[in-house]
Amino acid sequence: MRITTHAERCVGSGQCVLTEPAVFSQDDDGVVTLLTDRPEGPAAEGARKAVFVCPTRSLSLMED
Amino acid sequence: MQDGNPAWMLTRYEDVRSVLADPRFSADRLAPGFPILAPGQREGLSRQPKFMLSMDGKEHNDARRPVISEFSVRRVATMRPRIQQIVDEAIDELLKQPQPADLVKWIGHPVPAMMVAELVGAPLEQQPYFRDLTSRILAKGVTWEERFEISKTLRKFMDELIQSKAENPGDDLLSRQIIQQREEHGEVNFEGLSALAHLLLFAGHDSSAGLISLGVYTFLTNPEQRAAVMAEPKERIPLAIEEMLRFYSITDIGAARVALEDVEIGGVTIRAGEGVIASVYAANHDPEVFENPGELDLLRGDRHHVAFGYGPHQCLAQNLSRLELEIVFETLFRRIPTLRLAVDVDELPFKYDSVVFGLHALPVTW
Repeated sequence: MRITTHAERCVGSGQCVLTEPAVFSQDDDGVVTLLTDRPEGPAAEGARKAVFVCPTRSLSLMED
Repeated sequence: MQDGNPAWMLTRYEDVRSVLADPRFSADRLAPGFPILAPGQREGLSRQPKFMLSMDGKEHNDARRPVISEFSVRRVATMRPRIQQIVDEAIDELLKQPQPADLVKWIGHPVPAMMVAELVGAPLEQQPYFRDLTSRILAKGVTWEERFEISKTLRKFMDELIQSKAENPGDDLLSRQIIQQREEHGEVNFEGLSALAHLLLFAGHDSSAGLISLGVYTFLTNPEQRAAVMAEPKERIPLAIEEMLRFYSITDIGAARVALEDVEIGGVTIRAGEGVIASVYAANHDPEVFENPGELDLLRGDRHHVAFGYGPHQCLAQNLSRLELEIVFETLFRRIPTLRLAVDVDELPFKYDSVVFGLHALPVTW
């Protein structure tokens, strides 16, 4: 699984960080950043949920 | 709607999410066709600076972007000690009152009011005055005339505060915006900052007050679930809060839009200029998405509800609101484990007469 972000759409709601803090973080401006773009195990499951809850569809997911 | 025009109401989770994230629907509350929820809404809004809530696209992005770092998960976490102090002081006040005491009056209103005072950096000596004004504007029994007067006083308070921060910036949200605007544009947008300060006040106060009182009511009337939550408060209070957000969906009809072009939603064509209300309550009770949606299960743990809205307008301060609720519930039941309702449940004055759900009063004893 590979995660990509679309920072230009991010409104900084932080839902990804709350859902999967092992994969997502926020920079000093509150915009999404990735701690890893290839999460595995439980973090992959969490990342999947985070992609779903993101209010501005700023995250996308590609299965390998 | 109030002006006699019909509006579509969306009730399915998927439809609600898709409309709120769709740029073909406008959030501009003054646009023709926008659903009018309250008498005088259009007249009132047309006389004040435009809120972020009413902006679309780039305009909204430009207004929101400078503020989002103030509410990042990391920044909100640093506010914990100060929120704890605010909550402890409010509980100290509650404990000094004769019993029964009204939890809405002593915790539900003052805690969010103090949070806003903290955010906008109101000077310490002015905080009691500010808290009194903001609590009074929301109380039941205040006439329209009084509310209008309080609103004018609050506006003056905020405008003077912004002016003083422009002259002498401190370490608070408004001061940081002023500094940033000077760096980027060489001047300060006073009107925009006034709108931002009012948004923080009105969006952050009534809704937090509502959830504090509903949350305490929920814990008091579900003793078994409360015991399960409080057995592991650190992990489980946040889950309980997500469930309360979902179950009560207190700002149900706030998510309104107007179509900018013809759009098909769920097999129905919504024409340009037609109003839409995305019912977050209905979406959060959609049986396709939430199993047994009518059942309150504080350990449910689902956090994909839309109680804070969805799309680019999703609540800016939602993580602060979560932390505030977490600290209130944890501290209240730790410090006053004998807390209980002082009246029968059917005597409680729920806010069926308000656009934000909650309780007008919550008499408790301990």
